[in-house]
Amino acid sequence: MAEHFVQPPHWEWYIIGYFFCAGLAGGAYTIGTMLRLWGTPREEGVARIAFLIAFPLVVLCGILLTIDLGQPLRFWHMMVNTTPGATGLNFLYWSPISLGTWVLLIFGLFSFVSFLEALALEGRIRAPGLTRALSGRGGLVLDVVGTIFALFLASYTGVVLSVSNQPVWSDSWAIGGLFVASALSGSAALLALLGRNTAGAESSEPRLQAADGYFALIELVMIAVFFLTLSPAGTLGKTLSGIWLVVWLLIVASLVPPMFGAFANGRGLQLASSTGAVGTTVARAGMSTASAVFVLVGVLLMRIAVILSAQW
Amino acid sequence: MPEPVGFFTDTSICIGCKACEVACKEWNQLPGNAPKFGDGFDNTGQLDAENWRHVKFIDLVPEAPAIVGNGNPWLMMSDLCKHCKHASCMEVCPTGAIVRTEYDTVFIQQDVCNGCRDCISACPYGAIGFSPISGTAHKCTMCYDRLQNGMTPACAKACPTQSIQYGTLSELQQKADARLAALRTQGYENAQLYGRDDSIYGGLGAFFLLMDKPEVYGLPNKENAGLPSRNNLGGYLGAFFVAAVGVLAGMVSFRRGTTVAPSPTPGPTQPRERPAS
Repeated sequence: MAEHFVQPPHWEWYIIGYFFCAGLAGGAYTIGTMLRLWGTPREEGVARIAFLIAFPLVVLCGILLTIDLGQPLRFWHMMVNTTPGATGLNFLYWSPISLGTWVLLIFGLFSFVSFLEALALEGRIRAPGLTRALSGRGGLVLDVVGTIFALFLASYTGVVLSVSNQPVWSDSWAIGGLFVASALSGSAALLALLGRNTAGAESSEPRLQAADGYFALIELVMIAVFFLTLSPAGTLGKTLSGIWLVVWLLIVASLVPPMFGAFANGRGLQLASSTGAVGTTVARAGMSTASAVFVLVGVLLMRIAVILSAQW
Repeated sequence: MPEPVGFFTDTSICIGCKACEVACKEWNQLPGNAPKFGDGFDNTGQLDAENWRHVKFIDLVPEAPAIVGNGNPWLMMSDLCKHCKHASCMEVCPTGAIVRTEYDTVFIQQDVCNGCRDCISACPYGAIGFSPISGTAHKCTMCYDRLQNGMTPACAKACPTQSIQYGTLSELQQKADARLAALRTQGYENAQLYGRDDSIYGGLGAFFLLMDKPEVYGLPNKENAGLPSRNNLGGYLGAFFVAAVGVLAGMVSFRRGTTVAPSPTPGPTQPRERPAS
């Protein structure tokens, strides 16, 4: 049984917002790369949406992290040590926040270049030099290396929690894995939602739905692993007490539609077109949108439950 | 380099007068805080940004009438930052604001700290607090300014029973050993030293003589005194494994030729491919 006498750090809504955005930014970038690597040319449209949303989300991440600090104007102290006699760059690999700061910065650069490229390919800006440089192998290297940082960004936030002495957080090594699974699931749902209303991108929805089925299953397994790791520490009750039990049930419920393909409107439309039931089509499309939104709500709720249940 | 210094707090002779709290507040110009009134003599509550010393009152008064030899009805302990040799707060601090001084104490540089509060999540003793006024983390400095001027920290100076003793660690450890031996001779079997040796966070700069188990005083025992970094490897490996499985799932779902329900409503314009090289 673990005994904790620590005080909570009062990481609350800004940090929850940061973890949510970091997950979606990293997850979207990863899915964008995977679609380009393994998908057909038809998947380029939704891949481009992924690269178009990743960078703005990273900017939002930086803003949320900064305003959460007690001294926001000293955000750069994360990267530069200002201790007299010990000035220099701060790269403390054993401190997840230090490591994460650098990854956020580096991923910010990758996602910015990918963002510009996506804008150029969409014809919204003119950057022939950039698109030429990123055509072929150069673009592939950018996407794949950027994805390594993207996956780190989506997961390290969980490791930040584990590397502490807080009840729940420090009792489990599984939070990083749980966060990355949830990030992939939420990003697939977000891209399906955005792609549905974008000309040329809607054809990728069945593939996103198929992927999200797997991602949701992985997240469900990780939730079980998370609970299993808390049990011997005696802190499972803390994260499941009171309202949190309801929240966790909602989180698990949000994973059910993607696992059964309910948010893909492809099947609904197929069924409707064969029967000619226009009303059914509309109803199914509406339900699938609601399911995808529910997945995103689940991603947010999971971070709220993990972060706040430990501090209450 | 001066010899490492520290505190030896002998809880067996603490009378709960809180002179240490007052002296600490006065010297360090800590703001007052509204007193808390609960079921006991503790009006301070906890260590935080405004309270760097906190006298804990552990109420063990039995329900049945107390008789001679019925144990210690009250345990009192003047708590503070332990100035750990292996400090959890120093380990996680991303800015380098938390440093070890020439006296081997742990110190938060107020002009370097940016208020991320990771140290608060890490300190196993709950000894660090966040001040919304300064926007930074605060804790006991062991009166660093007094040490630099050859003075005894304010709390030890004010303690009327010498429950708080200040000195070089080697000298304090000898005193503690002698005191423990004396108490054991008198029949206090539960008396024990906490943080005297390196079994708790490599040894504490502020160590204690306790009259009961550490957990009774709200202190983690040897089994629970872990550093945050114990979860680094497991955390990253777990994340890496799940990320790898996720990418595999993506490959299975997205790869060319995968059979999925085709879109019945293809867009009017097919997206452009990345320009070929």
